[in-house]
Amino acid sequence: MATEDTNTSDTRGIELPQVARLSRLARLGLSPEELERLGVQLAAIVSAVGKLAEADTDHVDPTAQVGGLTNVLRHDVVVDGLSQEDALANAASKEAGLLRVPAIQ
Amino acid sequence: MTSIWEPVIGLEVHAQLLTASKMFCGCRAQYLGIPPNSNTCPVCLGLPGTLPVINQVAVELTIRTALALNCEIPEFSKFDRKNYFYPDLPKGYQISQFDLPLSINGCLEFEVEGRVVRAGITRVHLEEDAGTLHHAGEIHNSAFSLVDLNRAGVPLMEIVGEPDLRHPAEAPAYLAALRQTLIYLGVNDGNMEEGSLRCDANISLRRRGTSTLGAKVEVKNMNSFRSIQRALEFELARQTELLEQDQPVAQETRGWSDLEQVTVSQRSKEEAQEYRYFPEPDLPPLVISRAYVEELRAALPELPRAARRRLQERYQLTADQARLIAETAADAAYFEAVVAAGAVPHAAANWQVQNLQALCNAAHVPVSGCRVLPGSLAELVTLVVTEQVSGAVAKEVLAEIFESGARPAEVVASKGLGQVSDTDRLATFIEEALAGNQKAAADYQSGNDRALGSLVGAVMALSKGTANPKLVSQLLRDRLPRS
Amino acid sequence: MSLLARPIAELARGLRSRDFSSVELLESALAEVAREDGELGAFLRTTAGPALVQAQRADRLLSDDPASASPLLGIPVAYKDVLCTKGVETTAGSRILEGFIPPFSATAVERMEAAGAVSLGKLNCDEFAMGSSNENSAFQATRNPWAADRVPGGSSGGSAVAVAARLVSATLGTDTGGSIRLPASFCGVVGVKPSYGRVSRYGLIAFASSLDQIGPLTKTVEDAALVMQVIAGVDPRDSTSSPAPSGDLLGALKSGVAGLRVGIPKEYLAMAIEAGVRGVFDQSATLLAAAGAQLVDVSLPSTEYALAAYYVIAPAEVSSNLARMDGVRFGPGFGTAANLMEAYERARHIGFGPEVRRRIALGTYVLSSGYYDAYYLRAQKVRTLVAKDFERVFKEVDCVISPTAPTTAFRMGERVADPLAMYATDLLTLPANLAGVSGISVPAGFADGLPVGLQVLGPYMGEATCFRVAAAVEEMAQVWQIRPGTKGVPEAAG
Repeated sequence: MATEDTNTSDTRGIELPQVARLSRLARLGLSPEELERLGVQLAAIVSAVGKLAEADTDHVDPTAQVGGLTNVLRHDVVVDGLSQEDALANAASKEAGLLRVPAIQ
Repeated sequence: MTSIWEPVIGLEVHAQLLTASKMFCGCRAQYLGIPPNSNTCPVCLGLPGTLPVINQVAVELTIRTALALNCEIPEFSKFDRKNYFYPDLPKGYQISQFDLPLSINGCLEFEVEGRVVRAGITRVHLEEDAGTLHHAGEIHNSAFSLVDLNRAGVPLMEIVGEPDLRHPAEAPAYLAALRQTLIYLGVNDGNMEEGSLRCDANISLRRRGTSTLGAKVEVKNMNSFRSIQRALEFELARQTELLEQDQPVAQETRGWSDLEQVTVSQRSKEEAQEYRYFPEPDLPPLVISRAYVEELRAALPELPRAARRRLQERYQLTADQARLIAETAADAAYFEAVVAAGAVPHAAANWQVQNLQALCNAAHVPVSGCRVLPGSLAELVTLVVTEQVSGAVAKEVLAEIFESGARPAEVVASKGLGQVSDTDRLATFIEEALAGNQKAAADYQSGNDRALGSLVGAVMALSKGTANPKLVSQLLRDRLPRS
Repeated sequence: MSLLARPIAELARGLRSRDFSSVELLESALAEVAREDGELGAFLRTTAGPALVQAQRADRLLSDDPASASPLLGIPVAYKDVLCTKGVETTAGSRILEGFIPPFSATAVERMEAAGAVSLGKLNCDEFAMGSSNENSAFQATRNPWAADRVPGGSSGGSAVAVAARLVSATLGTDTGGSIRLPASFCGVVGVKPSYGRVSRYGLIAFASSLDQIGPLTKTVEDAALVMQVIAGVDPRDSTSSPAPSGDLLGALKSGVAGLRVGIPKEYLAMAIEAGVRGVFDQSATLLAAAGAQLVDVSLPSTEYALAAYYVIAPAEVSSNLARMDGVRFGPGFGTAANLMEAYERARHIGFGPEVRRRIALGTYVLSSGYYDAYYLRAQKVRTLVAKDFERVFKEVDCVISPTAPTTAFRMGERVADPLAMYATDLLTLPANLAGVSGISVPAGFADGLPVGLQVLGPYMGEATCFRVAAAVEEMAQVWQIRPGTKGVPEAAG
């Protein structure tokens, strides 16, 4: 199983506030120590992918889809779905057929 | 005195599409009145491993709407992911359209206070609706939200208006015209109470005569035409006051409270949303052929403005009559059927919009769906026009037909409601009326014209409304020479 | 040869001539699992009960109409735990999906079941398929059957091991940057990455939507072709699945390589490749030339940017794909979290391992405003360059070959501390995912007692060519029958 470590060649970190913001945006819930470690690792990776800047991409269109498919559509037809029970079967918290979550502050 | 501060208003409208199934899966697009979470499937639940597939009709209805709003349809369009966390958003992102929407650059004309205003439409694009949130009360000292995903995935059309409106009153007028167009097209049912049509507004103020816009405030939670106007009036006043005191207007989102009749800042403690849009990798892009666009354009139904103009010209109606008759395409079709059945257009129009519409409104049924068939209304209108039945009596007959569906002639005959124009019979009523209203008779003869009205009224009452009022009036004048 | 060591076609013949039944075949497989898998850790869970029902059904069909149906009828298989299986727990190797029971099966699984394959259960993998060594699973380690202290490769480690150890006849894995081909190479089995869109992704718990493909791992190239026949083909539930026809894979197996132009990309061979691996590669090339193939040096100049593009695109897509893992409709509840933000953070903190968190953070970063153009948009342009390189090269040659991996299986724990070193394991495999082209890894030899795979890459929707070359290599190298623990294979070095 994976373990955490900070053995990276580049020890310059991405600024902590920036990593903290990423963690919040992605709801990762990282502790301050985890944020610091992640910052260092991210910096190394970001530095490596910075190589992209060297490629000559002028006059090149981005590829979002390799398959070249277009206009994949379906007919407007109703198909039976899940029962309420099946839809909620995996939910940890529910009440009267509704999913239950803590309130948004 | 005109304020130095001019409001700059744009509306953002979300309209659920009248498709059979949801935007990206085969669940029903109608979700009212059913148990929670009973209209879902793995796709709209956002279960791991599921993939979206685009509803062809949703695309068609959106392009059709865009054409009706004079938009340009690009050759290439795609979907994008809008990423954020919220309990009513199962995938943690909404599939929407960012930089290559289905349409751009349209316009909508509408009337407000007698003027015609032309407002720009920035874009019309397609996306999916989220689920619904119900807030529960306190449970063990914690507050909870309850989530129903029946609505998640319903196709939603977003119509973004240019900030071309210059007065709060223009907002409901714009929305009414837009709503009418959507109903005419058959793409949306126009129901704001149930949330199938929703509207947010952006308002900022600028010094009249300049082009520098002030801070833009987004206003949400306006659930009726009236709230929209009130909310914008409130904002206009609030922002004007701040600016007049040299204070800054914060760029923020505010929610309208119907209860307190104010807008309240919704700036949360969290940071601004960062949506990280990127092209939806699970959906190939759309290439929209010009032939397809022209096919849809040719198949557009008659739209409200064209319908109003046509009715006015063809049937010599007034602008007001035409506007009311053409409120919906069904109403206009009803009217035309009444005329086709032989009624005089002008009279038929009045009877439909003044009398029949009132009955229908009270009973919550559309004119085209009530028991008064076009042929019946035509018959009734003709009876009135040919003076076989008085106006007052006809109103009663209409009410009767509305309930029972019987034909007018039957009702008139069975109740003996035919208008009396026989002068001998009228003479009897007149003598009786004069006997009981001697003062009025004397007043009239000494020069008081208005006294005639009460005498006519007395004759009408005695004849149970069947006397021909014009004739009665004439006969009374003959009978009571002026001194 | 024990039953599970035989190729599928041989088993199919045996079933039809009543040498043994599907139930007996299943029992044989379960016995192997019981004996070996305690050490190997390939399976996360076995489903013996439902498997028995499937085997009994297969036996009934075989007796009713022996000539009928698919060669996969009654054949023991298993699926990587990123594939949804209806009614059977599916975790993607992650705690955040512990206990998740999908109410539906992936299309590929449904097709296997319709063909009568008998599933023994779900296989271990790196969490959400992110990893090259299978060391990122939240639940257990999987060991390479050739050497217990070595990784099986990832992320389809369990899938490769189950085939290599002869526990089942075939498995389904997934390949996003090399996750089928790499473990296939490390474990000495065949692994296929189909062209993007060839196999439906419906029911595959998504990692990188524009790169993921489901594919078979098997002992022989013919076995892989038999599985491909069943799972490939357009699916209305996956808008990215292609209606392009499959091509005759089985026919391709017999075509030989005479006259075929085989490219050797100079940028791939210029990478740091272990001497033993290089030796096996050179030998395979020589064999192909001797069999009539024309070896051609080719160039794929964008290769040097491929890793960077991959490590922008894949994390970006997965950061979005994993946003649905919020603990609400499935997964761990929110315990006593006071508010919604805390609830999400708690579920995701407990639920996600460090590699997953790293990639989500990276993906969130490259999609953020201010960085989108410099990273994501630019990476998608580099992707175009990589795809165009392949398009151009496939006009000069019919396929390209290379070692599948720069090394043989490395030791457990050797690379976990250094993410960049781990990512470099995929240097030879990930360009094919960026371009969407077809690829296969076929066992080609050994170095220091550990398997070495040869990678064959073919044009988009050109699997047939890959299979043709792979079959020839398999025929000439004659190593597929050597199983872990066989005498005569040099012991793994210290």
